[in-house]
Amino acid sequence: MSRDRRRVAEERLPLPVLALAVVAVAFFVLPLVGLLWRVPWSEIGDVITRRSVIDALWLSLQTSLAATVLSVVFGVPLAWLLARVEFRGRGLVRAVSTLSMVLPPVVAGVALFASFGRRGLFGQYLDEWFGIRLPFTTAGVVVAQTFVAMPFLVLTVESAIRQFDPRVEDAARTLGAGRWYVFSRVTLPGIRPALVAGAVLAWARALGEFGATITFAGNFPGTTRTMPLATFLALETDPGEAIVIALVLVAVSLAVLVGLRDRWLGGTRGLS
Amino acid sequence: MRLLALSMVLPLVACGGPTDDDVVVFAASSLTDAFDDIADAYTSSTGESVVISAAGSSDLAAQIDEGAPADVFASADVATMDRIDGVDGAARIFATNRAEIVVEPGNPHGIVTLGDLADPELLVVVCAEQVPCGAYTTEVLDRAGIDLTPVSFESNVRAVLTKVELGEADAGVVYATDIAAAAERVDGVAIADEFNVEAEYPIVALGESGEAFVDFVVGDEAQRILREHGFGAP
Repeated sequence: MSRDRRRVAEERLPLPVLALAVVAVAFFVLPLVGLLWRVPWSEIGDVITRRSVIDALWLSLQTSLAATVLSVVFGVPLAWLLARVEFRGRGLVRAVSTLSMVLPPVVAGVALFASFGRRGLFGQYLDEWFGIRLPFTTAGVVVAQTFVAMPFLVLTVESAIRQFDPRVEDAARTLGAGRWYVFSRVTLPGIRPALVAGAVLAWARALGEFGATITFAGNFPGTTRTMPLATFLALETDPGEAIVIALVLVAVSLAVLVGLRDRWLGGTRGLS
Repeated sequence: MRLLALSMVLPLVACGGPTDDDVVVFAASSLTDAFDDIADAYTSSTGESVVISAAGSSDLAAQIDEGAPADVFASADVATMDRIDGVDGAARIFATNRAEIVVEPGNPHGIVTLGDLADPELLVVVCAEQVPCGAYTTEVLDRAGIDLTPVSFESNVRAVLTKVELGEADAGVVYATDIAAAAERVDGVAIADEFNVEAEYPIVALGESGEAFVDFVVGDEAQRILREHGFGAP
């Protein structure tokens, strides 16, 4: 049924719009085609079993998942605050919370140095009081990734909470549910598809993080050299290796985005 | 459809970039300051304008291999220069450099020799072996027989300098010219000649329009500018 309805919509699309959309799709597909064309297929087995590549992939997966968890733990309450609580300066808080999405990554890295670096405004106390140093550590990678990834979760979840009918929450409250119960048993399940979508977007952004990582966390094999850094460095000497690593990154990201597509679209359709 | 045609053409028209008259020079990042001055001198003597693209030598070599429209390529080492198709030894050495230890102002950790860098308490950053400054660093450390455990391998020499300037790293190994360029913000500790490596900078014209600029760089005026910036004579 839904398939028929969709076809009708397609046929009604004005031709110029369709043409532009095709150009847009080509714009995203062609770089992937180019990448595939350049892949030295015979070397793939050799490259992806290299210790350095496995280390980088493993580190990337660990740090990006940690960044995703942090983004959810802190980002969902932030999104809820932005969506449901009216307070002065809310627009500013929202702007600041999502600024890192558009900042040049190097600027983000320098800002992290200035705040959480060893000589940074707060970093010096982290070091002095707790002995925590972020630059040049895996924790620093996670901080850099979380900094650029969390806004994707916040924006997605905030818009879902806004669209979630507050009367459902009111109804729960009139039935005697407490604030925490309403939040955890009514609001959160209601926006679950958006939560998944936001977490996936944040994860994908963390996995691809490069600029802030190389600036703030540096580049050391096994500790801070994630896949994007390994790609960049391999490009200096062995473009073939760089392309294979890039292919692995593309494949992993694409597999997850495609794999979650149904859950993601299936859930948000009713809400938006 | 007219809209579509327009949307495809507009970006091409709006695209600025160097014109055919400009000399496009790809220069290793360690040459940035010196080549800015040389470009000015060249422009005032010939009237031709120069566009400089400065980055890590290996990045630039990769861009040239991918067809980037460079008229001149000045690399921080011969190995990277030799990777360019069609160069085949045509490049000329126009400057030299040497490695030096960069430390925070006043040298708070009292670093005197390369051996001091091996202290595990010290946060040391160096260039990655894949880029010229890293290859030099490795050679210097090998000669001195020092086993270093850096906290990071940076992708270009200026990134090493920056991390020491910001105080996030205690020391690093860069070129003497980088320390000269940042003299107000960092201090340098010389590396003994017996271990140090003389870095040779080759330059080549990749097209006819670059030849005059290459001649200028090996000439007296540009050589004087290079000395001012701390580079050695070839």
